[in-house]
Amino acid sequence: MDTTAQTDYNPALTGDGADKAQALVYPRIDCKDVSVFYSGKQAVFDVSLPVYDRSVTALIGPSGCGKSTFLRCLNRMNDTIDGAKVTGEIFMDGENINSPEVDPVLLRSRVGMVFQKPNPFPKSIYDNIAYGPRIHGLVEDRQELDAIVEKSLRRAGLWQEVKDRLAQPGTSLSGGQQQRLCIARAIAVRPEVILMDEPCSSLDPIATARIEELIDELRKRYCIVIVTHSMQQAARVSQRTAFFHLGHLVEMGDTDQIFTSPRERRTEDYITGRFG
Amino acid sequence: MNNPPETSLQSEKALKRLRRRRAADTRFRMYGLAALGFALFSLVFLISAIAWKASGAVTYHVVKTDIVLTPERIAPDGNASPEEITRNIEGFYTLVRDDLFAHFPNAGDSLAVRQDFSALVDRLAVLPLARRVARHPSLIGQSVTVEVPVSDDVDLFLKRSSPRSIPFRIRAGAQINPGQGGGMVLAQPDLRSVRTTLTALGEQDGVPSVFVTSKGAVARLSDLGDEAATFELLAGDVADFESTPLKGLIVTVPESRRTISDLQIAWALALRSEGIIRRVPHTSLLTRTDSTYPELAGALAALVGSLLTMLVTGMVAIPMGIFAAIFLEEFAPKNRLTQLIEVNINNLAAVPSIVFGLLGATLLLGTFGLPRSAPLVGGLVLALLILPVVIIAARAALRAVPPSIRSGALAVGASRMQAVFHHVLPLAFPGMLTGAILGMARALGETAPLLLIGMVAFVAEVPSSTTDEATALPVLIYSWASNAERAWEPMTAAVIVILLALLVIMNVIVVMLRRKFERRW
Ligand SMILES: Nc1ncnc2c1ncn2[C@@H]1O[C@H](COP(=O)(O)OP(=O)(O)OP(=O)(O)O)[C@@H](O)[C@H]1O
Ligand SMILES: [Mg+2]
Repeated sequence: MDTTAQTDYNPALTGDGADKAQALVYPRIDCKDVSVFYSGKQAVFDVSLPVYDRSVTALIGPSGCGKSTFLRCLNRMNDTIDGAKVTGEIFMDGENINSPEVDPVLLRSRVGMVFQKPNPFPKSIYDNIAYGPRIHGLVEDRQELDAIVEKSLRRAGLWQEVKDRLAQPGTSLSGGQQQRLCIARAIAVRPEVILMDEPCSSLDPIATARIEELIDELRKRYCIVIVTHSMQQAARVSQRTAFFHLGHLVEMGDTDQIFTSPRERRTEDYITGRFG
Repeated sequence: MNNPPETSLQSEKALKRLRRRRAADTRFRMYGLAALGFALFSLVFLISAIAWKASGAVTYHVVKTDIVLTPERIAPDGNASPEEITRNIEGFYTLVRDDLFAHFPNAGDSLAVRQDFSALVDRLAVLPLARRVARHPSLIGQSVTVEVPVSDDVDLFLKRSSPRSIPFRIRAGAQINPGQGGGMVLAQPDLRSVRTTLTALGEQDGVPSVFVTSKGAVARLSDLGDEAATFELLAGDVADFESTPLKGLIVTVPESRRTISDLQIAWALALRSEGIIRRVPHTSLLTRTDSTYPELAGALAALVGSLLTMLVTGMVAIPMGIFAAIFLEEFAPKNRLTQLIEVNINNLAAVPSIVFGLLGATLLLGTFGLPRSAPLVGGLVLALLILPVVIIAARAALRAVPPSIRSGALAVGASRMQAVFHHVLPLAFPGMLTGAILGMARALGETAPLLLIGMVAFVAEVPSSTTDEATALPVLIYSWASNAERAWEPMTAAVIVILLALLVIMNVIVVMLRRKFERRW
């Protein structure tokens, strides 16, 4: 598959601003007619959605509309759910990640994921970060590992808070810190894409603000897909927004456009709080 | 206007409902407390009853004396090979018996008296002595200190448990005169308490016997008058009674209704007063193997047998159970087949243990031809028995690990195997271990399957490997409890205590391991 064929001008990133210089990017991930079935019951219907690099794509929609399910397709986490079946094609760098030849374990080292509830391993802070690089053999010696741990924690904005207590269990951190630890853990394996499923839903506004800043920062290096229930959050952090309803992708586009002049009636109703 | 509306919290109806609810609460708490109290009471009652019984086996009576190992007795035909020495138990026995008998020069030397005297110590009691001499032939001709247990009848009597005996005091300074026929007369004895006791006991197949003892001498009451009490001398001299204070003993059961005769009682009391028969800790219970004589029996072979059996059980059931659980819980697809397996594992946990014994007997002994009575077979059968329990406990432990840990590991690119072995297992391990050890505890107490594969055999040798003939503690309890002699009762209780102690140790290990592993996070 020729990747350049999907290379596209990303309208979401046009306009002013320094980081928008990278507006000319191709879709990092390109989904074609993705459907998901749980034990034969369809939960996601023929979703086709491009996800652009160095930008944040927000998935919004009422509860149960299949956002998490779709997100899990992108790193094949649905494989781990009994009875789940995914059809359709998802291209990443020109390769269909749904094809049986693709090793989901390798894929997941390229597509990191952050969950709704912080789930640090019940190990030390250091080991939480070091685990991924270790199992992927990314490091030769202890110094390199130390460097990765520090870099990941710095990127996740947690270094200052934990640098003196790396040996303490990750579970001893506060909820917001734990979530940043999970983000650092995802970054540590040098992924290209980071998936976040409602990463702030169990956090207070201050911790949420920190994570949002962090996402904005990470956008410069990674391709980020985030599921959120907060319209404000979607508007604040994302450049692209996709609205899901009852398993269908109703509308997608530039975040500003979705929030100011949605094409679809259902989108408008949802955004203005008339349902969902 | 003043009446609150029906729906108000103050209304009559609402208050009544509240009262009813509170009463229900209280009743429920009471039921709970009652159930708990009953369970606790039963437990305490059971444990204390066993401990009380077993306390009778904490000590026992032995004869401790110095004998010279004369070569004529030990190796009569000059052959001092170890086999010949061990076989010549009679020679050792005669040495010990004659040494004791020498304390009673007045006893007469008829065959009947000697036979009566022989009942104080069982023949086989000298076997350890014979073995010792066989190992060290240089002891022949030397003087050695020997310690042999007295027969169970004497032991029980001296412990005052059977036949029951009641001690009484004799006023110091009572005048002692020789009576006719070698007897003695106690002038103005104050034996009112004896008279009361005798009256209370009444006469049934004869009168209870009353003894007075001093150092080395024992006499039996033959006539109790107001002015004087006449005694018949059974051991020692009248002179012995004048030198030391007297002690009295009423044996409540008449001679015709007990296995130990008055004469034997007199000898035992005399030897005890001289310090030859003494009460010592019953260590042989843990250092000897089974015997048909209770005073010679020990639980060592059964203890080792149980440990060997547990070794096999643990080495088979724990890894197998844990791996089966990991596979079923983490890797197996959820389909009809695995569902069927799951249901059957649960059913298997409810199969009566004797069925596993039958399976072991036909399959392991019959088809595979493994040796009978061996800890290997017992261990395998018990492993099958506890396997479902171990699997169920291990699966529960795995299921208790939050799925978010698995997803977290998978999301950073761990394989399923890595997620399980790096993250899930360490968390599930304490729970798995608890299940495994509880399963082992169940296996330790199982009797029925072991009976069926022949581990009930009389085992006189400590098994040294898992294919030797062996028995196990619960089976030993079973066989000792079915013996008729009273002396087995405390012994059985003592083995039960040993078994319970092992169980307690296992549980303590569980608690300690849990602590250790849980402290890691
Ligand atoms: N493991 C599962 N097994 C069966 N059905 C599932 C499973 N997970 C989700 N579903 C179903 O798929 C549909 C979409 O669920 P999904 O979790 O993707 O919704 P969502 O948009 O993430 O909702 P929310 O905003 O509440 O998280 C729902 O109807 C749900 O019942
Ligand atoms: Mg969701």
